[in-house]
Amino acid sequence: MTCTEFLSKLDDYFDGQMDADLITEVRVHVKKCSHCEVVMDTTRKTIAIYRENEVYEFPDDLRERLHAAIMKKCTKASA
Amino acid sequence: MPAIQSPATEEIHPDVALVARAKQGDTAAFEQLVRQYERQIFRVAHHITQNREDAEDITQDAFFKAYEKLDQFQGNSKFSTWLVRIAVNESLMRLRKRKTSKTVSMDEDVQTEDGSIPRDFAEWRPNPEQLYGQSELGEILRKTIQGLPPGFRTVFTLRDVENLSTEETAEALGLSVPAVKSRLLRARLQLRERLSRYFRQTNEGARA
Repeated sequence: MTCTEFLSKLDDYFDGQMDADLITEVRVHVKKCSHCEVVMDTTRKTIAIYRENEVYEFPDDLRERLHAAIMKKCTKASA
Repeated sequence: MPAIQSPATEEIHPDVALVARAKQGDTAAFEQLVRQYERQIFRVAHHITQNREDAEDITQDAFFKAYEKLDQFQGNSKFSTWLVRIAVNESLMRLRKRKTSKTVSMDEDVQTEDGSIPRDFAEWRPNPEQLYGQSELGEILRKTIQGLPPGFRTVFTLRDVENLSTEETAEALGLSVPAVKSRLLRARLQLRERLSRYFRQTNEGARA
């Protein structure tokens, strides 16, 4: 497996959509290619950081205000 | 023994009943759907537009449109995917209005190879987010994702932040599955490259 092939398989690897033979190939590749190992590790961390940290907060007061506005608009329309 | 595949064992999503009730005019059922998805819709709109006021307007408009068009929802997709699709369209429309000179669409910026070839091969610190305070980290994450073209940002948000499947993302964006995959890979690699500036291990092994 070349570095380019590795990159093209990276998403499938993360998403668990890969058959066992290819998974082995990916793992063999990162064992001998330190650059791809770093790319794999830091891309995984990138996804995790965005998933685990709420980039945009949605505080309760905003939520209540928006919720009330949505329901007012909808019930008014159906009245 | 042969494997038994029965369609009867397929789970029916709880939204199906709520949508059916809402279609018959049950406001409480619709309100429950609003409660379930208002956070997600706000977050998606905020990620795409990068603007809180726009996100507020879009959240209201998206639910109102969904309410008005509920009869047109056929149930071929999940209700949430349908709703996200409405919110994405509203968000992109908002971006287009803001940037009058530049087109904003899901097809934009896909030709460029820029950022899809990794250049930074530095390892990151073991717990990179601990290098920064919560608000500083939030600022870094916002600034970084803002730098992505809207089409990439949108795919990343739906797949990696909102955890939609590739197929659901494709449906919500009106893209093919390969198009979603190609944008997602580039989005992830570009974000990684940019975040690396903040999180990479320094030569000294410690942050100055």
